[in-house]
Amino acid sequence: MTTKTIISADRLSKSFGAVKALQDISFEVAEGEIFGFIGPDGAGKTTLFRIITTLMLPDEGKVTVLGLDCVKGFRELRKNIGYMPGRFSLYMDLTVEENLNFYATVFGTTVKENYDLIADIYSHIEPFRKRPAGKLSGGMKQKLALSCALIHKPALLVLDEPTTGVDAVSRAEFWEMLKKLRKHNITILVSTPYMDEAMQCDRVALIQEGKILSVDQPGKITAGFSRKLFSIKAPEKYQLITALREFPLVNTAYPFGDSVHVTFRDDVYDDSLIGFLEAKGVSGVIIAETRAGIEDRFLELMEKK
Amino acid sequence: MNEKVISVHNLVKKFGSFVANDHLSFDVYKGEIFGFLGANGAGKTTAIRILSGLSRPTSGEVIVAGYDAHKQPEQIKKNIGYMCQKFSLYEDLTVKENIMLYGGIYGMKKQLIRDRTKNLLERLRFEEYGDRLIASLPLGLKQKLAFSVAVLHEPKIVFLDEPTGGVDPITRRQFWEMIYETAARGITVFVTTHYMDEAEYCDRVSIMNEGKIEALDTPAGLKQKYQAGSIEEVFIRIARPGKN
Repeated sequence: MTTKTIISADRLSKSFGAVKALQDISFEVAEGEIFGFIGPDGAGKTTLFRIITTLMLPDEGKVTVLGLDCVKGFRELRKNIGYMPGRFSLYMDLTVEENLNFYATVFGTTVKENYDLIADIYSHIEPFRKRPAGKLSGGMKQKLALSCALIHKPALLVLDEPTTGVDAVSRAEFWEMLKKLRKHNITILVSTPYMDEAMQCDRVALIQEGKILSVDQPGKITAGFSRKLFSIKAPEKYQLITALREFPLVNTAYPFGDSVHVTFRDDVYDDSLIGFLEAKGVSGVIIAETRAGIEDRFLELMEKK
Repeated sequence: MNEKVISVHNLVKKFGSFVANDHLSFDVYKGEIFGFLGANGAGKTTAIRILSGLSRPTSGEVIVAGYDAHKQPEQIKKNIGYMCQKFSLYEDLTVKENIMLYGGIYGMKKQLIRDRTKNLLERLRFEEYGDRLIASLPLGLKQKLAFSVAVLHEPKIVFLDEPTGGVDPITRRQFWEMIYETAARGITVFVTTHYMDEAEYCDRVSIMNEGKIEALDTPAGLKQKYQAGSIEEVFIRIARPGKN
């Protein structure tokens, strides 16, 4: 079965003065995928999404979206893309209902016509339909913005950091909603600075300083971690980290929640480690081999650069 | 680690008939890294404003750094540090000017500010940035500097409001190492975050829901009690009861 390519980006570059926001970015997104761009602030995620949504021109390279060129075909393309910018573009002095009607009208449709598409999402905020958007909580604004971006039944939904600043419960609900949109065959391009959200995507691109570090299924990205990874715990975390960095066999040592993730130069450590740590005043040490996550891999790729 | 630097007993804060903080009770100890979690609207911001002397409790006992939040909020303000993601340093002042400004606000002597500035820039390996405008620094450096400035006056407690949002993974880890180092020096670190993996870095974590503290324990203790693999699971069970 051949799947349709929805986005095809070929060697995109974009600079703002001396700042190279995007450098030689190439990737493809297939129909029905949830494709994530994962990277910190300033990595180039928003610039890339603006080019894909025809709001900005690349300096170099070519992007084809839904079979149309992003530069020449922008009029036709805009009808088929739903875009939710980082700062939700809602009218704060219009009510929930008025915002939704406004977006439907701009795209030449009605709320009624595509209601089935947004029903799952909009039903959460419908009880507040007479409330001004400015008076909604963060989680509710997010749901309204998503409803507005979907109301014209776009083939491609582009979401720029939809979960930033939103609590864990609303974030979990948001990802559930995105997964439900699959049955409508909508392709989703989403960005996030939070590495743990990579696991929610079908494929992800790790992006840093305008360059793609890796593109793959999240499981394959973590499998790409090239070393044995150990999780080391001790009650005195700060002393543990500083002592580990001084141990000759240690390659990298990074704090990870309640433990320190460590790689060794030849992937092994010997019995002298515990003695070494104890001599540094670190006792109660527990060492276990662990599996690398997206963030471990991201750190490894950043170091290689 | 038994010296209490925050002691809260039956804290209630009402706005009209709305109860934003409903009988909160907890203690935080010297040198502890304490995670303060909760859904949007759970009442975290209200509680932090009271703990930092910006708002008065309706009732209940609140002692911060040895001072009473009812009667001595100005003393509290002098003995705490604060940093948030949205605003920390003045973009149109240089690194040194920002340090001088904050040192002055906290009533530090000029010589002391100069000494600490030198020390701080060395420790961060920031010497070359001293005369650069904040606006010209990368986000990661700004965040690290903002944290150092928040503890410039050696407060008893520093409040961090979503300190690492949006920074790259290496900077995030350097930031947490700074937090560990600060706590090891005996400064209590009080952190709020929406990101549950950050909670795992804390010594103890409280989770608020609808104005109440529903859970308070070490991350390992919470995971065990709720039979959960991560703090995120614990949080979702507490903040979304019935659905899981």
